[in-house]
Amino acid sequence: MKLELRGITKKFGTFTANDDITVVVESGQVHSLLGENGAGKSTLMNVLFGLYEATAGQVLIDDSPVQFHGPGDAMAAGIGMVHQHFMLVPVFTVAENVALGDEVTRAAGILDLEATRRKIREISDRFGFHVDPDALVEDLPVGVQQRVEIIKALVREAKVLILDEPTAVLTPQETDELLNIIRQLRDAGTSVVFISHKLREVKEISDVITVIRRGKVVGHAEPTASAAELASLMVGRSVSLSLEKEPATPGEETFSIQNLTVLADNGQVLLDDVSFGIHNGEILAVAGVQGNGQTELTEAIMGLLDHASGKVVLHGENLLGRSVKSIINSGVGFVPEDRSTDGLVGTFTVAENLVLNQYDRAPFARGMNMRGSVIAENAEQKIGEFDIRTQGPQADAGTLSGGNQQKVVMARELSRPLKLFIASQPTRGVDVGSIEFLHRRIIAERDGGTPVLIVSTELDEVVELADRIAVLYKGQLVGIVPGDTPRDTLGLMMAGASADEAGAIDIDPVPPTDTSTGTPVANPEEEHGNE
Amino acid sequence: MSDPANLPDRDPASTQTPPPPPAGSTPGGAAAGNTPAQLAEASPQDPQASLMRRITTGNGLVSVLAIVLSLLVGAILIAATDERVTSAASYFFSRPTDMLSAIWASVSEAYGALFRSAFFNTQADGFANAIYPLTETLTVATPLILAGLGVALAFRVGLFNIGGQGQIILGAMLAGWVGFTLNLPAGLHLLLAVVAGIIGGAIWGGIAGVLKAKRGAHEVIVTIMLNYIAVYLLLYVLTTPGFQRPGSNNPISPEIHESAAYPLIFGSGFRLHLGFIVALLAVAFVWWLLNRSTTGFELRAVGANPQAARTAGINVSRAYITAMVIAGALAGLAGTAQISGTERSLSGDIAASFGFDAITVALLGRSNPIGTMFAGLLFGALRAGGVGMQSNTGIPIDIVLVVQSFIVLFIAAPPLVRSIFRIHTGQKKSRKSTARTAKAGGAA
Amino acid sequence: MSTATTTPSSRTGSIAPAIRNWGAPVTLAVLALVALVGFAIGSPHASARFRISADADALQVPDVVLGTTLVGWITAVVLLALAAYSFALTTRAQPAPRWLVPAFAAVWVIAFLVWVIGSANNPNVYFSGLIAGSFTLAIPLIFGSLSGVLCERSGVINIAIEGQLLAGAFGAAIVGSITHSLLAGVLAAIVASVVVSMVLAVFSIKYMVNQVIVGVVLNVLVAGLTSFLFSTVMKDNSSLFNSPPSFHNIRIPGLADIPVFGPILFDQTILGYGMYLAVFLVWFGLFKTRWGLRVRAVGEHPKAADTVGIKVNTMRFWNVTLAGVVAGVGGAFFTLVTSSSFNKEMTAGQGFIALAALIFGRWNPIGAFFAALLFGFSLNLSFVLTILGTPVPSQFMQMLPYVVTVFAVAGLAGKSRPPASNGIPYVKE
Repeated sequence: MKLELRGITKKFGTFTANDDITVVVESGQVHSLLGENGAGKSTLMNVLFGLYEATAGQVLIDDSPVQFHGPGDAMAAGIGMVHQHFMLVPVFTVAENVALGDEVTRAAGILDLEATRRKIREISDRFGFHVDPDALVEDLPVGVQQRVEIIKALVREAKVLILDEPTAVLTPQETDELLNIIRQLRDAGTSVVFISHKLREVKEISDVITVIRRGKVVGHAEPTASAAELASLMVGRSVSLSLEKEPATPGEETFSIQNLTVLADNGQVLLDDVSFGIHNGEILAVAGVQGNGQTELTEAIMGLLDHASGKVVLHGENLLGRSVKSIINSGVGFVPEDRSTDGLVGTFTVAENLVLNQYDRAPFARGMNMRGSVIAENAEQKIGEFDIRTQGPQADAGTLSGGNQQKVVMARELSRPLKLFIASQPTRGVDVGSIEFLHRRIIAERDGGTPVLIVSTELDEVVELADRIAVLYKGQLVGIVPGDTPRDTLGLMMAGASADEAGAIDIDPVPPTDTSTGTPVANPEEEHGNE
Repeated sequence: MSDPANLPDRDPASTQTPPPPPAGSTPGGAAAGNTPAQLAEASPQDPQASLMRRITTGNGLVSVLAIVLSLLVGAILIAATDERVTSAASYFFSRPTDMLSAIWASVSEAYGALFRSAFFNTQADGFANAIYPLTETLTVATPLILAGLGVALAFRVGLFNIGGQGQIILGAMLAGWVGFTLNLPAGLHLLLAVVAGIIGGAIWGGIAGVLKAKRGAHEVIVTIMLNYIAVYLLLYVLTTPGFQRPGSNNPISPEIHESAAYPLIFGSGFRLHLGFIVALLAVAFVWWLLNRSTTGFELRAVGANPQAARTAGINVSRAYITAMVIAGALAGLAGTAQISGTERSLSGDIAASFGFDAITVALLGRSNPIGTMFAGLLFGALRAGGVGMQSNTGIPIDIVLVVQSFIVLFIAAPPLVRSIFRIHTGQKKSRKSTARTAKAGGAA
Repeated sequence: MSTATTTPSSRTGSIAPAIRNWGAPVTLAVLALVALVGFAIGSPHASARFRISADADALQVPDVVLGTTLVGWITAVVLLALAAYSFALTTRAQPAPRWLVPAFAAVWVIAFLVWVIGSANNPNVYFSGLIAGSFTLAIPLIFGSLSGVLCERSGVINIAIEGQLLAGAFGAAIVGSITHSLLAGVLAAIVASVVVSMVLAVFSIKYMVNQVIVGVVLNVLVAGLTSFLFSTVMKDNSSLFNSPPSFHNIRIPGLADIPVFGPILFDQTILGYGMYLAVFLVWFGLFKTRWGLRVRAVGEHPKAADTVGIKVNTMRFWNVTLAGVVAGVGGAFFTLVTSSSFNKEMTAGQGFIALAALIFGRWNPIGAFFAALLFGFSLNLSFVLTILGTPVPSQFMQMLPYVVTVFAVAGLAGKSRPPASNGIPYVKE
């Protein structure tokens, strides 16, 4: 079966998630969609699967256009999808999950789970899945859960199988097993759409690679292309923003984390024995693909996570185990990754949000009384200083644009004396004009002598700001490299290659020096237009 | 993130606040919300947030229309059950005007009586008698306003306090005990009784708050159950020597001493007591607390976005407990208005249905203290008027419950009211697109 | 480096503080100690007589006489052992077996019953009657809980059980009176309760009004409406509008004479037999049919259901409606069996006991059945104890369902997990 997506555009309000994307998946082919998180791959697949309605464009099966009004239609047409977040009912057994929506029944709608079990065993044996049809899904490791999802698609006789970031939650061993399964499926004639940001896997499994960046197709590549080539296609190169900044003049190392380990509630290791330090007047940027422990790193420092062990030391004091409030009050400024869930209260006014973590301290409160006039003055002043575009201090923060919301958060965090400044995705979803402004403020904070920790999945941003770059992969520190490390090298490290393998110099734990890595930025591609 | 006080882990892709844990959820929601698949399903249009928005910012027009519609529903019921109307209906086709005039007569009599018994009796002799109904309205509104404030305050923190009834009972129980057992000087005795009432309500509300914060127990279920526990506790203590009226076999306490009663504002001819002033002070206090105090800032932040509140260093568990303790204390005050104001002795019926009515009051008042005060006055008027209507026209006071419920249903579903009145504001469309935009960040 | 990354399970045991719930063992231990101190050490040193057969019964079974001291000690030891077992399991972070809490509850009830009857002024109770009475009280509760099960399994919180029952009771009374037909009465009860259900469904699914609010308001609305109509229509014309016919018991000869079980299983009204059928059907439907699989999926993980082509909101709407049918029959029980006429707010909070039974029964029809029986038993016992003259105030017995439920939702009686998406409206993108 040949599947074609022709000129798909999908807009959410003013945001264009997919911009005129065309992809052709030939029968019996593994076609990879490669792109960073947020590039628009999942949106594209949700359009294909009938979960989103496309703003423009067509889906064609064997060259004839089709209309999917829901996942049911897509499945009936022979498309199966393994979602990034599994669509499995945790308290159901494997057989129940597989049967759901496609039940085999006896008279009067009585379930014949035995028939489903037989099918599961048959598929399981054919591909070596080792899945017990009567196991409860919530008790299964994620790798096995994923196989249940694949079985779900195969039981419905899918001709095209879409795998959305299938390896994001898998261990390397599980990943290898999955790749084997995909090969078997392809050999059995199934087309596979493999969505990923991981170069190694994409290179290993694909017949054809399409690279997507910022909602657009930016290129096609053969699996024989070098990883560096793919990396630079995927992350692109710096657009036009080049910020002039003085070289850092690092002082004393006043902040460090030592053997920081963070576990999820279910015991999964999210951050694995990470240690590093930051000097006064230095920016350390953490690079990595989303979901490799960056969020947990910042949240653990802020005291927001329960299962964290190790040490977080600021001016000789261990912050770990202290309350969020006491950490904030000890002089840590924090710009959380997701401003609208964590950084702002959307139904509060701009003025209130500007004191969200200072509301009970002088000068904003006297005793239990909040001082409205002081809070309003503060708002007026911050709105001016940070050029926050709002109808006024009394407007709800939720009504502001993303960039202006971010300025509110940034203004709040940067307007008090800090001993440490942490910003996670400081410019995500922010317009270009504001990005430069926000970057300047961050650098100004550095130049004021504060140690700064930046987390960003945007390589441009990391390269722009960092004095040193730490790369996280699967919760582990891959290495710390100088700020001017070429971005394709960083791309390799973000995919798990060590600094050595990637050809960079791991400078940890040695403090930053003026040693250049000697590798000039050799970006093979110019900015890729729309194809 | 397994802190039971916190709502279940959010969907990293969703930009909305997480929905409250479902009824009876286990602490931490760990069991139910572990897999990424589970996290993904948080609906883009969070019901809690949209509820808060609707309660606090819904437009006034809808409120007015909802009240008009509900009175209309009441009128239909009144007319349909009136014998004059039904008999005129039997010959409707020969003389339709008869039926219309019968309907008019029946409805205007009923609502006329209601108005005269709630605000100003145009048929009374003398000014004092004429305004007596208004003082009755204020008297009945007193516990409604107080308990309504309790519900409203909890709403603002994202909690459903269905437990007003139980909190009123506990408040009245303790206040009553102080009132009829102790012998103290006038001012002090009343003060002590009021404090006891506050403590009683606070304890009962606090239980729900603590179980919510520490064990993740859904406050709706807990407060409902605590209502009934309070009822039976009251019935039990009324059989014990400490509470039962000497010489009586009925479950009723002695009268409280005069020193523990709220003084009557307009003398013995009127029932209006100082508790009304207390209610007004409580309105001012809650307004200050929510809008001007640091505690209120914390509470509102937790109600609007617990995740952001936590990130800003606000202790979410403590906010839940604080909110429920204060909410309970306010309902406890409503209990004192009953025991030290109008009833004077404790019986199984001490809380009437004020705890449940309080929920509708808070909803109509859109969970803000001033709105709650006006809603309390309106429902107080309906209730006081209903009593007069019942005695003058024989129409049962239960119609008031029907009107009240319809008001709340209509207010909770503005699109329904709009479609009835064919108001096209494009609201629905814009709501949908908000949901879309909200999702966009995650979808990309 | 990649080998060091771990699978979710591999390091769970060693580092992760296992999430243990100490609520259940502590609660069980406290209750076991209460039994030890109250029922064993505090034994009245008397004997409790349980009469099994009535004088008229064909089959005479001798009375059971139990010494309070002996039973007190035996049960206390068993209860302490069960509590200790629970502690041991929790320490090892193992889940408690499903039978543990029910078994504990059963033994505790026996211990309590022997102690309380033994302590009575008249330590003599007609046990078969006690049980039969409990069933009669439990039947509407069971219908109510089944209504809750049907709603909440599909993800809609049903606080309006009370309103559904009351509407059903009213509908049965008025239509039954007018038509003199039991069937018409039951059908009217169903229609009245379904109307309440549909309002709940429309407001919570279409308008996405918070389901708790709709439920609470519906209870007030139905109470107001039925009371209003009672006063205006029924009261003065009770012979015309409020004297519905009554269901008679259908006694199955022979079997009905079996001690204890005969009356509850083989001497019931059609509605009583219908209750057993309803429990079975709801259980069978939910767990053995395609419909049930889909309902449960919609309540647990609507998006997963949606991705396999199930219409989530349609499913929810019809489930809530069906819940109205079931609750309607329960409502009819009040006016066509228990009582001979309708009265204002005659359900008196039983809808909330049904809600409690649903939660204590862990959203399972069979569990709800037994929970409702337990609550019916505690209600009936409170009446019986008042007559026998015992040290336990009847109010405490009446309070029991509510207290037990608070413990259950606070996780103090083992894990009780509602459907994961209960109360959360489903919005398609």
